Amino acid sequence: MSTSSTPVLSVDTLTVDFETVSAVRGATFEVAHGQVTALVGESGSGKSVSATAVLGLLPGNARVGGSVRLNGEELIGANPARLRQVRGGEIGTVFQEPMSALNPVLTVGAQIAEAIRTHRTLTRREAWERTEHLMATAGLSEPARIAGSYPHELSGGQLQRAMIAMAISCDPVLLIADEPTTALDVTVQAGILQLLRELGERLGTAILLITHDMGVVADLAHDVVVMKDGEVVEKAPVLPLFAQPAHPYTKNLLQAVPRLPELELGETAKAPMDDEGAREALVSFRNVVVEYGGRGRRDGVRAVQGVDLQIGAGEVLGLVGESGSGKTTVGRALAGLIPVTSGELEVDGVDVARASRTTIRGTRLLRGLRSRMGIVFQDPASSLNPRHSVGSGIAEPLTLHTALRGPALRKRIVELLESVHLAADFADRYPHELSGGQRQRVAIARALALDPALLIADEPTSALDVSVQMAVLHLLKDLQSRLGFACLFISHDLAVIGQLADRVAVMHHGKVVEQGSTAQVLGAPRNAYTQRLLAAAPVADPIHQRRRREAWQSLARTP
Amino acid sequence: MRTARFLAGRLAGMVVVLVVISLVTYALFLLLPSDPAQMSCGRPCTPENLAIASEFMGFDQPWWRQYLEFVAGIFQGRSFGSGPAAVHCSAPCFGYSFQLNQPVTQLIWARIPVTFSIAVGAAVLWLVLGVALGVLAAVRQGTLVDRSAMAFAVAGVSAPVYLLGLLGILLFGFTLDMVPVSGYVPFSESPLDWLWHLVLPWCVLALFTSAVYARLTRGQMIEALEEDYVRTARAKGLSEPKVIGRHALRNVLIPVVTVFGSDVGQLLGGAIITERVFSMPGLGSLLLSAVGQGDLPLLLGVVLFAAFLVVLANFAVDVVYGLLDPRVAQTQR
Repeated sequence: MSTSSTPVLSVDTLTVDFETVSAVRGATFEVAHGQVTALVGESGSGKSVSATAVLGLLPGNARVGGSVRLNGEELIGANPARLRQVRGGEIGTVFQEPMSALNPVLTVGAQIAEAIRTHRTLTRREAWERTEHLMATAGLSEPARIAGSYPHELSGGQLQRAMIAMAISCDPVLLIADEPTTALDVTVQAGILQLLRELGERLGTAILLITHDMGVVADLAHDVVVMKDGEVVEKAPVLPLFAQPAHPYTKNLLQAVPRLPELELGETAKAPMDDEGAREALVSFRNVVVEYGGRGRRDGVRAVQGVDLQIGAGEVLGLVGESGSGKTTVGRALAGLIPVTSGELEVDGVDVARASRTTIRGTRLLRGLRSRMGIVFQDPASSLNPRHSVGSGIAEPLTLHTALRGPALRKRIVELLESVHLAADFADRYPHELSGGQRQRVAIARALALDPALLIADEPTSALDVSVQMAVLHLLKDLQSRLGFACLFISHDLAVIGQLADRVAVMHHGKVVEQGSTAQVLGAPRNAYTQRLLAAAPVADPIHQRRRREAWQSLARTP
Repeated sequence: MRTARFLAGRLAGMVVVLVVISLVTYALFLLLPSDPAQMSCGRPCTPENLAIASEFMGFDQPWWRQYLEFVAGIFQGRSFGSGPAAVHCSAPCFGYSFQLNQPVTQLIWARIPVTFSIAVGAAVLWLVLGVALGVLAAVRQGTLVDRSAMAFAVAGVSAPVYLLGLLGILLFGFTLDMVPVSGYVPFSESPLDWLWHLVLPWCVLALFTSAVYARLTRGQMIEALEEDYVRTARAKGLSEPKVIGRHALRNVLIPVVTVFGSDVGQLLGGAIITERVFSMPGLGSLLLSAVGQGDLPLLLGVVLFAAFLVVLANFAVDVVYGLLDPRVAQTQR
């Protein structure tokens, strides 16, 4: 396993109980000097709770048992003053959402300088100089400007680099990174992972990486600890774990990760050009522009600038892009939820672009169209009304657009629930009684209630665990081939898109930079941005991932 | 640049609000069954006398003319009547009380020190008390401290000023004979007596209002303590007082400042009940007597002044907001 003799961190039969729930049940693992140990698991596995227990930051109602030793020193039951020295001093922490993990009313630099001055006796000036130096170490190009900025003025990637600068500010022996790249775009994620890898190698800092993403594990980790329901089910170095997973849960987890094809970065295209117009277009975007907030003399923000897209009847178009690329705006424009500034947008012969701009007549046109359109949103917890039962949620589009009432309506609801593999008695339950995957199935059933010709799915699996995601993707694929609806499938995740889409369009800065068949776009992309995006996406295979990483690095060097 | 534009926009908005309020208040002259000319025309009030009085006061003019003259008076001052009997009201003239034979501006001016003394002292007291209690209750959430603080808050909210005030006078004024029960002594005459007369009104007002602030602060603080940045602050090894004081409290204060601004603005326009209970000659009692006497010019003047203070306080809140929350300056245009 690891070469060094004494581990930096050793966790032994750790237990954490909250009132009646036991979140961690006897977890044992170690983190060795200069090594990256990944703590992997799905939501509720106890991985984050374990890390929080190491920091001694669990809320007052948690009972902690077992042992956590940092360089041989017991941390559980240590006095609070000593624990404060350890936190920030010997253990640095990087959290998931850099935007909310930094205080919005203090400058980034002030927050880093504060961390330094908590553990070191330095003057304000010295602390500030060290802050700027650390920010440069974390790969921020203008440390002085960024140190003086507030969090809302910076991008997610800059903020996470600042977070890392803060975490390493007092030369910690251990860095805890709790889902450090989950909220970030893949191209940004690749940079952050690279930074963590360099820091680990250069400073010899041990890293405890907590993540649900097997691609990130494959990219960064040396050792892997798999957790499920509060227990450690498997521990192994990264190569054997991916090559021969021993525990059935690990096997399932790895199988559930959607895979990307091997990347070919040739200059010449091998795949044939896209055969557009083969099917009759159900949806067509011609030079569509959407602007937000333009009023009077003020210029609006051009979220979508001149998009051309076609979706044939029964075709699944995957729309991929990073945050701010305009992909969600395209989906909203298609549903007629926002006005189209210019260009043509037709759905099944209806001029949605015009209807979205005119109030009264447009509303009537769109209402008719929406009965032929289903929408599934990202977070089913917030897109289902918590005070409506599942049945009445599904019934709503039916009572609005059809004459189904009473037993016939009930029969249709049961039919829809069964089509998404839910039992009929789910109709009487409420959303809070359902798991995330079940809620998303209900959302799909509701979207399909009217037998739509078109389904718009905006990041439908992003809020779900991988194993649940796989089930939902299979369900969607199955329903699509059975019912034959066309689908605009929006996602930031290339591998997810690859599972479902016939054709893929890539968006960047409000424009479609490349579109074509799924095999061509994901396997042999022509556009430079698509190539970077694909190379940056980590895959759940350490050897394959190493090749992709090299490809990404060479692409990143030549902008 | 952006800040300057923002401030200019807010100032323009302030002016619009004031114009609307003055128009609405001016409508009182037309709607209320009270005629200042009638009141001061003397007995017996012959139609001729009434006409003379009306002309003297300017009430013979059409309403819009009256309003414009009122507005012009604010900037240039104005005179009522002509010849030796004329009275002059110098700028800024907010009308003339013919019953008290004094310009309204002068009347308000004389009462300002009283009301401002009450308001500022009470506001400081309730802000400190309310925020401190709220923070304490939030940090010790669920304990006896929290429950006692919230019990106090419920009691405070449900005990109105006139009840608390009378009880206070009874206990501290009469039974214990610690403080004077009524009246006001100007600060310039005797600072100690000034303070002594104000202690009880301050406490009564602050007790009542701090209860609201304690609840607001507690709720906001509990929410803030759940935020990710508080977890980050703890993870970098800060002590709990620093986590709360430096990281959580500043975010908590943002909504508190909003409420505080408009509360203080309102109070500056006259602590009506408090002034009444403690027999203090402030703006509130001036307004009450104006209502009682049907002194319309005075009523208009006091209401407009109070409205001006509220609008000014909200403007101040916007400015402070920008200082407390850097995100505001970016979204405001």
